Amino acid sequence: MFRLEPRASAPLAWQVATPILAVLATMIVGGGLFAAMGFDPLAAIRTIFWDPLFGPASGYSRPQLLVKAGPLILIACGLALGFRAGIWNIGAEGQYIIGAICGAAVALAAYPLDAFWIFPAMILAGAAGGWAWGMVPAVLRNWFGASEILVSLMLVYVAQRIAAWMAFGPMKNPEGFNFPGSRNLQQYDAAANPELIANSGLHWGGVAAVLALAATWFVMSRHVLGFHIRTAGAAPRAARFAGVRPERLVALCLGVSGALAGLAGLFEVAGPAGQITESFGSGYGFTAIIVAFLGRLHPLGILLAGLLMALTYIGGELAQMMLNLPAATVQVFQGMLLFFLLGFDILTRYRIRRRA
Amino acid sequence: MMIDPLSVFILLLGAATPILFAALGELVAERAGVLNLGVEGMMITGALAGFAAAHASGSPALGFLAAAIAGAALSMTFAALTQFLLSNQVATGLALTLFGLGLTAMFGKPYEGMKAPAMMPGPLGLNWMIWLGIALVPLLWWFLARTRPGLILRAVGENHDAAHGLGYPVRRVRILAIGFGGALAGMGGAYISIATVLQWTEGMTAGAGWIALAIVVFAQWNPWGVLAGAWLFGGVTVLQLRLQAAGVAVPVQLLSMAPYLATIIVLVLISARQKFGRSGGAAAPASLGRPFHALK
Repeated sequence: MFRLEPRASAPLAWQVATPILAVLATMIVGGGLFAAMGFDPLAAIRTIFWDPLFGPASGYSRPQLLVKAGPLILIACGLALGFRAGIWNIGAEGQYIIGAICGAAVALAAYPLDAFWIFPAMILAGAAGGWAWGMVPAVLRNWFGASEILVSLMLVYVAQRIAAWMAFGPMKNPEGFNFPGSRNLQQYDAAANPELIANSGLHWGGVAAVLALAATWFVMSRHVLGFHIRTAGAAPRAARFAGVRPERLVALCLGVSGALAGLAGLFEVAGPAGQITESFGSGYGFTAIIVAFLGRLHPLGILLAGLLMALTYIGGELAQMMLNLPAATVQVFQGMLLFFLLGFDILTRYRIRRRA
Repeated sequence: MMIDPLSVFILLLGAATPILFAALGELVAERAGVLNLGVEGMMITGALAGFAAAHASGSPALGFLAAAIAGAALSMTFAALTQFLLSNQVATGLALTLFGLGLTAMFGKPYEGMKAPAMMPGPLGLNWMIWLGIALVPLLWWFLARTRPGLILRAVGENHDAAHGLGYPVRRVRILAIGFGGALAGMGGAYISIATVLQWTEGMTAGAGWIALAIVVFAQWNPWGVLAGAWLFGGVTVLQLRLQAAGVAVPVQLLSMAPYLATIIVLVLISARQKFGRSGGAAAPASLGRPFHALK
């Protein structure tokens, strides 16, 4: 039999190889699943991973890549900080929703005014809303020791209900023929988050995602804060001796990841989504957790993982249209991918030796 | 507005049962030192498997059996990853939840709109699952506090290195505890689809699994505490539904936040008591969430 020998440090080669292995294993097992369900596995895999980029309809689907990857990357950057430090914000979905509501509130309050400050004010409101929603678990953990995992997650359900309430109540479009949902911000120029370059899919959220990647890289590898975060995650007691104040780290990580998630929500509601609806949350907050792990909590990895996850969203929709694959296929794929990733991770942390 | 206390209590028992099952299962896993955040995923899998089996066979009992098997089977993915591949338990539990939600959304489509077979009424007009849930409380208390296997399970959860040194099979104990937790979570989920809602809808557990996780903390890892916590949440849920039905001047969406807000409040209160209280209360099992790797 085999035995496991802990490695002193994780080799770079395995750190790069394991996410790739996980993606390949997901494709193979996913293909098997498709075959079992009576679909042609090769056609399904090609439709999901290849056709959105190079297939016949790629002119429409390629811009969608940045539309979907933007929020995922933005949220995952914030989550990665916390995950590194052992602070588990799994309620990004809620912070995303609240950020969108706060940003939309500014726009709806200003309507129909046309002023240059409206969009910047929305950005501030979106970030502040997400920050506040993320600070709730931080404060409750720091003051009372309540689990930030459970509190941040409970707040997702609360945020979803606030969104529903907003769509049916305070934010309902007065000219919307009594249908639930707010005014469409895409039709309100001062508040809209339009495509910056035609047919690229790039809007301000994508720009923010790139800035967030750069900032994450700087903080994690060039700033003492990154050192504190990494130490706190690897050896909490040693971190305390090094002068790290855990409470401040908790507030910082949950606050920053909340603000980034809030920004993602704001750019979504002012751009692709256009309005606050009952089902505004679309799962980006949860998928971003997978993006953060698949990217190994590293900015470059998060960029690639965000693009890949965006691809599965678009490919999943395409497969649904072309092959009649169930809509939830993508969710299953993403869950499976995270399983494989966590499983293969053993190769980076342990050496597998024959038992003597 | 008239609220008859007895009928409210009966409704409360029903609303508490899914959470009671799931939380008792998670309690056993956590007492063995395993933090499985996949309760929501196992519950929703149980809800679908149970509904499908009950619908096909016409027997709710077979439905619950299938739900237990499905929940346990799914939990074995978690067991393999955390016990053999030593993966992070928080991340793996999350993966289990995301996977379970996706899997059921995919396979549940054909069952939408179908009706569940009627439950067999048990003594006092309450169904057998309510009674089984309540009976599990003293049984698990007795098992954990008074039996030798229960002692071994607790030893594994408190200090896996010492337990290993004494020759107890840490990994096997934990795998069994994870499987038991999965089976109970599955049955709890099936209670929602078979006995409460009477049909299958996507994502129907709506956070019950996460509430169950909070209840285990609230209960301070004691089965009696789980019963109290589950009834408390049953109460909040029923009250909230009653207020909705009575047409109180508060939007439905805000009323339906009550169980989640109550979870947060209770979690804060119990955490504060552990942090500041003089008696302190019971702490979490010392090895909770830590991977075990014997170097021999």
